[in-house]
Parts: sequence; C-alpha cells; structure tokens
Amino acid sequence: MPDLLIELFSEEIPARMQGMARDTLKKLVTDGLVEAGLTYASAGAFSTPRRLTLMVEGLTAESRPVREERKGPNTTAPAAALEGFLRSTGLTLDQLERRADKKGEVFFAVIEKPGRRAPDIVAEVLETTIRNFPWPKSMRWGAGTLRWVRPLHSILCILSDETGHEVVPLTVDGITAGDSTEGHRFMGIGRFTVTGFDDYAAKLRKAHVLLDSAEREAVLWSGAQNLAFAAGMELVEDRGLLTEVAGLVEWPVPLMGRIADDFLHLPPEVLQTSMKEHQKFFSVKNPRTGRIEGFVTVANIETPDHGATILKGNQKVLAARLSDARFFWENDLRIARAGMAEWSEGLKAVTFHNKLGSQADRIDRVAALAREIAPLVGADADTAEKAARVAKLDLRSAMVGEFPELQGTMGRYYALEAGLGDAVANAARDHWRPKGEGDTVPTEPVSVAVALADKIDTLTGFWAIDEKPTGSKDPFALRRAALGVIRLVLGNGVTLPLHALLIKRIGRLTGQLRAWDAQRQGAVVAEALISVGMKDQAADAYDQVISDKRPDMQKAEDHAMAVKGVENASDLLAFFHDRLKVYLRDQGIRHDIIDACLAMPGNDDLTLLVKRATALADTLKTEDGANLIQGFKRANNILTQAEQKDGVEYSFGADPKFAEGPEEQALFAALDAAEAKIGPAMAAEDFPAAMAAMAALRGPIDAFFTAVQINSDNPIIRRNRLNLLHRIRSVCSGVADLTRLDG
Amino acid sequence: MATGTDTPKSFQEIILRLQSYWASKGCAILQPYDMEVGAGTFHPATTLRSLGSRPWAAAYVQPSRRPTDGRYGENPNRLQHYYQYQVIIKPSPPDLQELYLGSLAAIGIDLGLHDIRFVEDDWESPTLGAWGLGWEVWCDGMEVSQFTYFQQVGGHDCKPVSGELTYGLERLAMYVMGIDHVMDMPFNDPQTPIALTYGDIFRQTEEEYSRHNFDGATTEMLFRHFEDAEAECQRLLDFPPDDPKTGKRIIMAHPAYDQCIKASHLFNLLDARGVISVTERQAYIGRVRALAKKCADAFRQTEAGADAVEAVA
Repeated sequence: MPDLLIELFSEEIPARMQGMARDTLKKLVTDGLVEAGLTYASAGAFSTPRRLTLMVEGLTAESRPVREERKGPNTTAPAAALEGFLRSTGLTLDQLERRADKKGEVFFAVIEKPGRRAPDIVAEVLETTIRNFPWPKSMRWGAGTLRWVRPLHSILCILSDETGHEVVPLTVDGITAGDSTEGHRFMGIGRFTVTGFDDYAAKLRKAHVLLDSAEREAVLWSGAQNLAFAAGMELVEDRGLLTEVAGLVEWPVPLMGRIADDFLHLPPEVLQTSMKEHQKFFSVKNPRTGRIEGFVTVANIETPDHGATILKGNQKVLAARLSDARFFWENDLRIARAGMAEWSEGLKAVTFHNKLGSQADRIDRVAALAREIAPLVGADADTAEKAARVAKLDLRSAMVGEFPELQGTMGRYYALEAGLGDAVANAARDHWRPKGEGDTVPTEPVSVAVALADKIDTLTGFWAIDEKPTGSKDPFALRRAALGVIRLVLGNGVTLPLHALLIKRIGRLTGQLRAWDAQRQGAVVAEALISVGMKDQAADAYDQVISDKRPDMQKAEDHAMAVKGVENASDLLAFFHDRLKVYLRDQGIRHDIIDACLAMPGNDDLTLLVKRATALADTLKTEDGANLIQGFKRANNILTQAEQKDGVEYSFGADPKFAEGPEEQALFAALDAAEAKIGPAMAAEDFPAAMAAMAALRGPIDAFFTAVQINSDNPIIRRNRLNLLHRIRSVCSGVADLTRLDG
Repeated sequence: MATGTDTPKSFQEIILRLQSYWASKGCAILQPYDMEVGAGTFHPATTLRSLGSRPWAAAYVQPSRRPTDGRYGENPNRLQHYYQYQVIIKPSPPDLQELYLGSLAAIGIDLGLHDIRFVEDDWESPTLGAWGLGWEVWCDGMEVSQFTYFQQVGGHDCKPVSGELTYGLERLAMYVMGIDHVMDMPFNDPQTPIALTYGDIFRQTEEEYSRHNFDGATTEMLFRHFEDAEAECQRLLDFPPDDPKTGKRIIMAHPAYDQCIKASHLFNLLDARGVISVTERQAYIGRVRALAKKCADAFRQTEAGADAVEAVA
C-alpha cells in the first residue's frame, strides 16, 4: 500500500486563495484516483505561500482489472447494426463471442481492461488536475501556455512504501516531476530530496517552513499572545486576519511594537482598521486604559538582530499611515463640530441612482418616512427625522472615504461631536444594520425607525423604477434589504401596516420623480388607497380627491399612476412574503404552514403573520393538532363535493335538534365551546389559545365521523350534517386556511 | 533601513546601482521617455514592446507625473513629479523573483535582516486596456515595488508574457537611507563640495506645478488639446501603410501612441483641476483606452510588434 506525496511549488500564492486551493487539490486528485479504480485510506492537503501539498495514504498499488460484457446484435442482424456495435466497443469481428440466446445466436463483446499501475494513474490524474485547476484568477508566464495562480516552478510527486520511493513519471508544460523541493526563501538549506511525507515535513521544518497552516496559526497566535502578556497587554482576536497572515508566511515570527502617543487618541476602530487593512497588524489593547496601544506584526524571517530592524521599519510605515488617519480625523472633527453642513451640501452632488436622484434626495425621503414610522416603533418623530438626516453624512467624511468599512462607526462619533445626542448617534451607527445574516438587529426605537425607513425607501425606490432583482441578479442587494426589514420588524415585534405604507411611498415617489407637487402626489396616493379599500388610510388626501378640481386629462394620468402604484406595491409585498418564507423555512417552519397563514387577512402585518404561523406549526406538532387537520380535510372534502354536486353552499347553520346520536350532539357542543374560545382569542391575537381550542375539536370530529354517515337517506338530516361540516370549516378557517396544508 | 556599510549615500547612487545591476543582468539601459507620463509603464519600451513575440529586456528611470498628488512640496512622501525605475523583460525569466531580490541587495538592503514579502496585488490600467497578476513587494511592511506578469496590453494577449518591475524610487531611497522627509534626501553625495538635497532641486518646482495643476492650467485649452490629440492619433493611424515617398511599409504606431500619451496626461490634468465629473470620468478613460488599443493594434502590424514567425516571413 504505497503513500502518495504531491507538492506543487510556485511563486507566492495569494493568501485568500490557499484554503480553497487545498480543498480543491484534495478533491480533484482523490476523485480522479477513485474514478480510475484506485482506493485510498486517507488524504490531507496543506499549503504555504509557495506550495500546495497533498498526501494520500494507503493507496492501492494498481487498479483492479475490469471485465465488461456487452450484448450486441443478433448474428443475423443487418451489417450496419454489427458495424455500429464494433465501433462502439472498439473490437474487430473475430474478437466477438457468439452465444446462444432465446432469440437465436447473439454477438457478445468481452472487454478486458487490465489493472493499471498507480504511478501511471497518478500521472494522468495530476496532469488533468493541474491543467484544469479552478483558480479564481490564473495567469501565464514566460513563453509557456500553462495557467497557474502564479508561475509554477516544480512538481514533487512520489509514491513510497517500505521498500523505498519512486518518482511518478510526469511532465507538464516542460516541468518534470521529481522528488526534491526547497525550503524557506531566505532561511532555506538549498534543494533537497525527500522519501515520503514524514521525511518531507521534517526536512521542511529544518529548512524553516511549517507546512501546516493550522500549526502556523497556532504558533503565531501563541507567540503574539506571549508578547502581549509579557507587556501586560491583551491581543485583540481576529480570526480572519490570523488565517490571512498564516497564508503570508512560511515561518511566522511575531514582533510587538507600540503605537506612538500622538495617535492614541484616535478611535480604536480607526487604529484597528488602519493597521489591519494596510499593514495586516494585530491590535494590542491595554487592559488598564481600554485603549489600543500596540500592535503585533508577523515577520517571515528570524534575523540576527531579533527583528529590531524589521520592527523599526514597520513602525515607521505605521506612523505614516496613522498620520494620514489623524489628518482625516481632525479634518472630519472640524466639519462635524460645525454641524456637518459641508457634508450634507456635498451629498447633493453624489448620485444615488440616476433615476432616483442624489444621496441628498434619498435622505429627504428617508427622513419623511422615518417620521411616519417613528410612532409605530415608539420613537419620537422629530428625533427620528433628525437622525435620518444625519445618519448618512459620514459618507462624505475623509475617514469613510479611506475606510468604507468604518461607515456608521464614524457616523456615530461625528454625530456625538456635533452634539446630537446618543439616540441620533446610535442611529447613525446602526441604521445600516442588519448588514448580513450574522449581524444583529438594532433595538433602540430611533435606530429601528431610521433602519426601517432606509430599507423601505430603497425597496420602494427600485420597485418604482422597475429595477427588481431577477434570478441571481440583485445588484442593489434588495433581497438583503427586504430581509433586513423582516428581521427589524420581527426582532422588535413591530406592527407595521406594510401594504398601506408601500402604496403611500410608491405613490409619493412616482409623483416626486415627475416633480409633481405634494397635493397631486397626495391625490394619487389617496386614489390608490381607496382602490384597495383602505379609505381610512387615505385620510385628508381622500377629501382632496373627492373635492378635487383636477382637469380630466390629469385625472386620467393620475389614475393610471395609482393603478400602477397599487400593482407595484402588491408585487413588493409579495416579494416580502417570499423573503419571509425563506427566512421562516430556515427557522424550521414549513412553507405550506406559511401559505395557510398568508391566506388570512392582515397578512402585511409580518409580526402577526409569524405569530400565527408559529402557533400553527406548534399545533401541528401535537397529536391532536395533526389529527384535527385530517378531520378537517375530510369534512372539507365531503362538503366541497356535496356543494359542487348540489350547486348550493351549505351555510344555513346546522340545527342541533336534528342531531341523531350522542357523537353528533357532542360535536355541536364542542363547536359551540370552540367558537366561544376562538373568537375572543383571535381578537386578542392569542393564536396559541385559538389553535388549542381548535385542536380540541379533534376528538369530537373523529368520533362523529366514526359514528355517523353524512349522506343519510333522510335529506333533512343530510342537509343538516352538511351544514354542520360547514361549521367545522368556518370555525377552523377563522384561525388559518387549513386547506393549504400539505398531507 | 539598511544599516550596513553598503548603504548608498544618495538618491542618485541608488539609481546608479540599479542601472549597473540591471545592465549586468542583460537589460538595455534606456533613457526616460521624453514626454509627460503618469507612470513608467507608459513608456513605449513597456507598453508597445510587451506586445508581439520578440524578446525584449530594458530598464530605465522614468520621471512620472500625477497632477492630483501635488502637495506644494510640503508632504513628506507625496509629489506630483517623481521617479519610477522600470524593468521589463520578455519572456519573463523563471528566476525573475531572484533577480529582483538581487537588485534589492544591490542597493544595500540586507536580505538576512529585513522581511521581504510578496503580497497579492493585481495590476490593471484602465487607460491602457492592460492587466496583469503579481504582487506588491513589502520590505518590513512598506511597499517598495510592484511586480507584475503582464497578461494583456491594449486589449492584446501578451504572448509571451513580460515580467515588469516598478520601483517607486523616492520612497525606496528614503527607506534605504532612513530619511523622513523626501525634501531632506541627499540627491548627490552629501560629502561633495556642492551637496544637493532633493528639496534643493524639486521644492520650488513642486510648488509651481502644484499651483499650476490645481489652479493655473487653462481648462478650455486642456479640453481642446485632448480633442486634438485624440483626433491626431486617429488620423496618423488612418494613413495607408505604404509610404509613397520611400516605397516602404511604414505604420506610424509610435507617433500615434505619443498622442495617446498626451491625451492621457491631459486627462490627468483636467482631473486635477476638478472639472471632470464622476460620470464623465469613465467616458474619458474609455476614450484614452480606445486610443491605446488602436495604437497596440497598429504596433502589432509592424516588424517590432509582430509575432516572430510572421516577422521572419
């Protein structure tokens, strides 16, 4: 059972690609080996900046011979059939066997594939792997045609067992595989040969290369921690940076330095971001002051002066970088303290989208919307509007220009400097959130109002100009915005009349984009709201429409606009519902449960919708609940068939006086009891109580069906029972549309 | 900061050492191109010569201008006029990284004492329609060079691939000599009777050009010259290849490319004057790129830019 060792030695592989490259190398090679008929015990892939390594243990020495039999045409078949068979098998006529069959004599092809030696298979698989390696970006070099992430210099490929090792015969684009490699670029020991994986890893270590990135991470992390501890400081954890740095060095040597006093007053996020982005430094915190006061840089070399020169150089570069950051900070502070007017003026010149105007236009819209949403989330309307006007101003600051990832973080600092208070400042920081799936949802009322307004404005804006996501294309991240709204609403238990809100925003926006005055915008909105039966939402604007004296031409145009707006709003609401389904599915709630709840009125109140869906899902988990659905469906099916056949709706109400047996009487009583509970529970939005009352019907319904024949010969009794089934339907349908449930 | 006895004493000594190092490695030592360019890459010895299959090896200093970087000579590291050292070798030799490290040693960087790293940095020039893969080279955390394998120039695939090295000379020299402000850097040997610093030579010009770039240059004229250069480039390329006077096939690829360089620099000046809006910016870059592509197309039709097989035939 030989072991296989492969090393692809190249110029520096970008750190961010190494993890993917390890996985891919392992998968492509082992898949290829298995497909060619070899088996193996285990495999592991490794990387350093200059090499990609794979070891496969316990590989079979050769593939098993394969014998394949294929049945061909009858020996009396036309010549063309035989020719086709010979072509497909690659055999000649005299190599075919003739065998007796039920229908006479038939040709058989027996194809023997002898076992192949592992080295030949490995050579083939590795060449295919190298030539088809899916680097995110690859290149040519010199006069060659091979593509690799950076120039590939040598290939080490050996099979080894107790008796020794052999080099796999392989040449790719002029590079012939061998059994040698080299170590560290500056602390190496020249080229050396290796006999197997253990020998390889040991010699690399001697040549100052730690092969395993996990070991490099561990070494540099513990080294860095020790340096920090020794100085009474703490290393700030950063997994992403750790992985990246481990991909930049073959021999990690952490060195710690201090940040010059002139820069310690900078916000910690600025220090951290500047050091990480530009220099790939880890931040070091002083636990006594709570400030970032030092850094750890990781060199790739041990030097006679123990890194003194390297540290001095790094410190100098850092000082230049932080001077820039301080310059930005001081400049920004001056503008912030003066009220940030310079930035709000500047945003007028920044295009948000060519059809949706400038960032300043967008801020005006978000501010108006934040005002409207504020009372619904318990925020003060003036504060919410103020926060919305300030929240995006940091986009114009020099610091965010340099470090876009500090957007929001800087906004908070500058709002505080402008004396705007915590609520506004925190909204500047948090209104961007949740940024992604892992991000938390803001909970402060003002932040929630601005965050909702911001996302709803984005969505209604792009819907109004018909830039909706299609398939995998979502350039404006609208799915994320919708999910953000959903999480904000659910996370804070907000009751948002979303449908009316969307109609109003889209109506206003389409009017604004045509530069219509507020009155005309109001008329369009009112007409749209009235058309979907939301007169109460139309309020003042409704009166305007009633009494308006618009010319007929304009009325026609406004009407068209209102119709289009309603369409767009419904479409956007459906988009929210789709995102909600995905979101709830991830939370373990089945899509048919959501459908059953979506079919109920008030489905634009997402909080209510989810309460209902959760209660229904919980009910379906109980035995009574699951069985009730069966009973309900049976009742509904019988009723629906009868209604279709008879051409009537059995909604006259059943009369208990026609009830024949105790089961039927019991069902009447149970329905009365359920109804008495469900009504008030629904009114109080107490879905669990309503559902429990509904589930309690399970026993009586089951007993009823067991004891009673619906289609009685007595037409009065039959009609009464169908009316009774109708009561089951209507009682249950008050809770959710159970007909939409699967099973 | 090199601390050995081998440390160069002046800016010019670093240039001289690089020149003799790359000369010893077989590069033709060229002189700067005699036009205003934004970077050493614009020199036709790099852009045009990286096309076609003829082997090429050249090194040169290129004064480079970035009008927006003017700081009136006050910023310790930022200049609107600075020097790049450029090496271009086609096909890229297999030991280009080692050759490069040798050049660092040649200017006094002790490779056993410093931390040299090749950090991913893909290069792209939207104005030249060019891109390549490579690294920025770090010395103790400081970017000292750009190292690129050209994949495409002027829209043409580079076959073979050229290896390009670009050293930012002022920054590198300041680092090697441990100087904090560029204007304090000795330009010639500080021990000579007439010792000159970088500031003695360039402080005044940085002031003058900063004012010129930000406030002085006449934008109407610049716009007009841009149009002229663009038109002239096209006109030169429209000539039929056969020259009636000499009876030779003469494609004016280089003169046309001069106009492309001119247009590019005029665009940079207009940008510094702040008269090009964000949306217009892309359009101007696209116009320069179109010129660069046409010049590359034309150069490929010439003897120097052809593929060897065609050139022989």
